Amino acid sequence: MIRQSFNGLFMVAAAIALLNMQPAIAAEVNVYSARKEALIKPLLDRFSADTGIRVNLVTGKADALLARLLSEGVNSPADVLITTDAGRLHRAKTADVLQAVDSTVLAAAVPAEFTDSDGYWFGLSMRARPVMYAKDRVDPTTLNDYEDLASPEWKARICVRSSDNIYNQSMVASMLIARGVESTEEWAEALVANLARDPKGGDRDQIKAVAAGQCDVAIANTYYLAHLLNSDDSNERRAAQAVAIHWPNQSGRGTHVNVSGIAMTRAAPNPDQALQLMEYLVGDAAQTWYAESNYEYPVKLGLGLSPTVAAWGKFKADSVSLSRLGEFNSRAVMLMDRAGWR
Amino acid sequence: MLAAVLNSVHPHPISLAGNWSGRSWAVGVCAVSLLIALPVIVIASFVAQPAGEVWSHLVTTVLPDYVVNSLILAFGVAFGAAVIGVATAWLTATCEFPGRRWFAWALLLPLAIPAYIIAYTYTGTLDYAGPLQTALRAFFGWQHQDYWFPEIRSLPGAIVMLSLVLYPYVYLLARAAFLEQSGSIIDTSRTLGYGPWDSFFKISLPIARPAIVAGVSLAMMETLADYGTVQYFGVATFTTGIFRTWFGLGDSVAAAQLSGVLLAFVFVLLALERWSRSRARYHHGGHRPQSRRLIRLGGGRALAALCVCAAPLLFGFALPATQLLNWSIRTASDVVDGAFLELVVNTVLLAAVTAVFTVMLACFLGYGRRLVPGLIVRAAVRVSAFGYAVPGTVIAIGVLLPFAWFDNRLDALLQVQFGISTGLLLSGSVAALIFAYIVRFFAVSFNAVEAGLAAIRPTMDDCARSLGYTPMTVVRRIHIPMLRGSLLTALLLVFVDVMKELPATLVLRPFNFNTLAVRAYELAADERLADSSSAALAIVAAGIIPVIWLSRSMQRPDRGGK
Repeated sequence: MIRQSFNGLFMVAAAIALLNMQPAIAAEVNVYSARKEALIKPLLDRFSADTGIRVNLVTGKADALLARLLSEGVNSPADVLITTDAGRLHRAKTADVLQAVDSTVLAAAVPAEFTDSDGYWFGLSMRARPVMYAKDRVDPTTLNDYEDLASPEWKARICVRSSDNIYNQSMVASMLIARGVESTEEWAEALVANLARDPKGGDRDQIKAVAAGQCDVAIANTYYLAHLLNSDDSNERRAAQAVAIHWPNQSGRGTHVNVSGIAMTRAAPNPDQALQLMEYLVGDAAQTWYAESNYEYPVKLGLGLSPTVAAWGKFKADSVSLSRLGEFNSRAVMLMDRAGWR
Repeated sequence: MLAAVLNSVHPHPISLAGNWSGRSWAVGVCAVSLLIALPVIVIASFVAQPAGEVWSHLVTTVLPDYVVNSLILAFGVAFGAAVIGVATAWLTATCEFPGRRWFAWALLLPLAIPAYIIAYTYTGTLDYAGPLQTALRAFFGWQHQDYWFPEIRSLPGAIVMLSLVLYPYVYLLARAAFLEQSGSIIDTSRTLGYGPWDSFFKISLPIARPAIVAGVSLAMMETLADYGTVQYFGVATFTTGIFRTWFGLGDSVAAAQLSGVLLAFVFVLLALERWSRSRARYHHGGHRPQSRRLIRLGGGRALAALCVCAAPLLFGFALPATQLLNWSIRTASDVVDGAFLELVVNTVLLAAVTAVFTVMLACFLGYGRRLVPGLIVRAAVRVSAFGYAVPGTVIAIGVLLPFAWFDNRLDALLQVQFGISTGLLLSGSVAALIFAYIVRFFAVSFNAVEAGLAAIRPTMDDCARSLGYTPMTVVRRIHIPMLRGSLLTALLLVFVDVMKELPATLVLRPFNFNTLAVRAYELAADERLADSSSAALAIVAAGIIPVIWLSRSMQRPDRGGK
C-alpha cells in the first residue's frame, strides 16, 4: 500500500518533471547559415516571435560549416544548413550529412527546379546573374547572349569579378552543361581577353566600374544593383542609375539563376522544429521579406517583387537542374584556371 | 624512443630549474608544444595522402602564380615593414625632436586596424570609381585610359597596405631593443669618432638585429596567412589558392597539400631567422638604460624626423580611421544598439583571456627552452610557432577535427559504459575558439618573450644564485622587472590580433556568439562598407586603449633620460 502510493507519487513527480522539461527541450532549433546574419536574423527573430521556438544561429562560409557538420558527426547540434547557392547543398547531400524531408508545404511552395529531386534541400530565394551595361555607351540590341561577350567588339570593355566567386563558378558550370567543355573554355579564354581590368572586388565593384567608365558591360547579381539604386549615398544612386540590365540568352536556355536554400541535417536533434522553420521560410511572409529587404526573387510563385526589381521586367531563367551545377562546379573552376580567369 | 630523446637533454642540473629537474621541464615543454602544434600537425598529415588529379591540375596551371606572388608579397612586406619600423623605432628611441614622446605610442596605432579594413578604405578612396579619380577626371576632362594612376588593387597595392598595418611589429620589438641598448656603447662609439649614422649602422642596428628579425618574421608570417586583403585585391597567393581549392574544387586533401607547401615556406623562413639570430647573440652590458642620452636634433633634421614618423601614422592610421569615422557617422544610428555593445564585450573579453593564456604558455616554453638546451626541446618549441603563418580557416579545421573526434569518442565510451551522453563537449565551445587563437598567435607572444629573455644574460642567473637567491627570487627580483616590457608587448600583440581575427572565429564560434570582426566582415563582404565601419571603428578604439597603456609603461625606463 505504502509502496504503491510511493510508486504513484514517483510517477506523478516524473510526469511533472517531464512536462517541465518539455518546453525546454522542444522550443529550440539550431541553424548553421552561410547567409550572413543581417540577411537571415530578422526572419529568424520573426519566426521565434510567431512560434515561441528559440533559434540559435552560427553564420560562416558554407564549406567551413559543412566541414564542421562532417567533423561533428552524429552528435552535431545543427538542425538545418542554410547556404547561398545550390551547389553547396548538393555537396552536403553527397557528403551524407543531410536527410530527406517529406513535406507537402515545402513541395507546394517551391517549384521543382529549385529543389532536390530526392527532397534533400529546398530553395528559399532566387538570384539572377544577368549582363549589366552603361546606358550611355552601349546599345542593348548589340547584347544578346553570354556567349556574345566573347566577340572581339567587346575588347577591353568587360568587367567581371574573380573566378574564386561561387556565382561565377555556377554560371560557368551552367554553360559547361549547355555547351560542353571545348566551347565553354574557348568562351572563357575570349572573355578573359576582353576584360578591361584584372578581376577584383565584388559585384558592386563591377557595377560601379561600369558607371565610372572603366568598362562598358559587367556580369553581376541583380540585388547588388538594387541595393545601389536604393542606397543612402547619392553617389551610389547616381552610379547605379547609369547602368541598366540586359537579360541574356532569352531565345535559348535563359539567364543564369541560382538559389539560396535550406536543408535538414542528418543528425538534427530537433527535426520537428527544423521542419517548422523550413516551412516558415517558404511561407508568404518570409518570401516577401526576401523580395523587399534584399531585392531577391521569391521562389514561391505569385508573390510581389520590390518595385525596383519589378521595373526590370520578367525574364526567362535557365531551367538547368541546380544539383547539376553543384556536380559541375569543380570542373568549372579547373576550366577557369586553364583559361587564365583569375 | 621518448626516453632516448629525453636523455639527450642537458645532463647537468640547471641552476634556475630548482626542484624541477631538467627532465620534467623537457617533458612539460614537449607536451605543451605538441598540443599547440596539434592542429598544424593534423593539417600536415594530409600531405601524406596521395596527390590526386586536382594536384596535377594545380601544378600545371596556377601553382607557379601562387608561389611567385606569395614570395613577392612576403618579401615586399618584409622590406616595407622593416624600413618603416626600424626608422621610426630608432628615431623615437634615441633622438630628441618635437613630438617624440607622442609618436612613441602613436606609431603603434596602425596595429589596431585589420589589414582587410585598411584595404577597403583605400580602395573606397583611390579606386577608379572612387572620389579622387572621379574628381580628377571631372576637373581635367579625362576619359578612361587618358591618364595613368596607380592601381590600388594590385600586388604592389597589397604590399603597401600590409606594410602600413604590420610595421608596428618591427617598431615595437626594435624600439624595445634600442631602448635597452646601453648608452655607453653609443657614447664610446661617438668618442671613437663615429658620426650618428655610423653608430646607427655599425652599432645600434647590429645589436638590435635579433629583435628586428623577429619583428620582420612576424610581419612575413602574418602576410602569408592574410586572406582578406589579397582576396579583395585579386592577388592569387597560397591563401586564396587554398580556399579556392577547398571551396571551389571541393578537394580538401589538395587544399591541405597546398597548406603543406605554405608550411614549408614558413619552415625556411623560421630557419633563416634562427640562423640570423644564432650568429649574433648579444647580451648587453650592465649599464642601466637610464644612462643613455638622447641625440638632440635641430632644425631641418628635426623636421625630417617628424615627417618620417608622421607619414606611417598618417597613411596607416589617420586617413583610414577618418574614412571609417565618416562612414560611421552616417550609419551608426542604424548599427549601434544593445546587441552592438554585447559584441564589444564579447570581443574584448575573448581577446583579454586569450592574451593572458598565450603569454603564460609563451613564458613556460621560453623558460623551458632557456633551462633545457636540448635539440628536441628546441625543435618542439619551433613547431609550436608554425600556426602563425597558417590561414585562420585552416587552423580552425585543424582544431575541429581532433576536438570533434575526442568528443565523439568520449560520448560513445560513456554511452557504452554508463549510458550517459555527453554530446559535444569541446566542439563549438568558447574553449575551442580560445585554443585556436592560442595556436594561431602563439608565435607572436613567444617571439616577444624570447627576445626579452635573450636580453637577460645567463651569468646574471648564476650570480644571483651564488648570492643565495632562490630560483623564484631570481625570477621575481631580476627577470620580471627586466621582462616587463616584453611581457606587456606580448599581451598587447595577442590582444589586438585576437580582436582582429576573423576566419577561425567564423568557423569555430558557438551559437549566437559574434565578435566585432565577424560583424565588420559580414557587412564588408556584402560590400556594405559604410555599415561595417562602426564595428571596424570599435575594433580600432578597443585596440587603442591597450596600445596607450602599453606605451606608457614602456616609456617609464627612459623617463629619466633627459
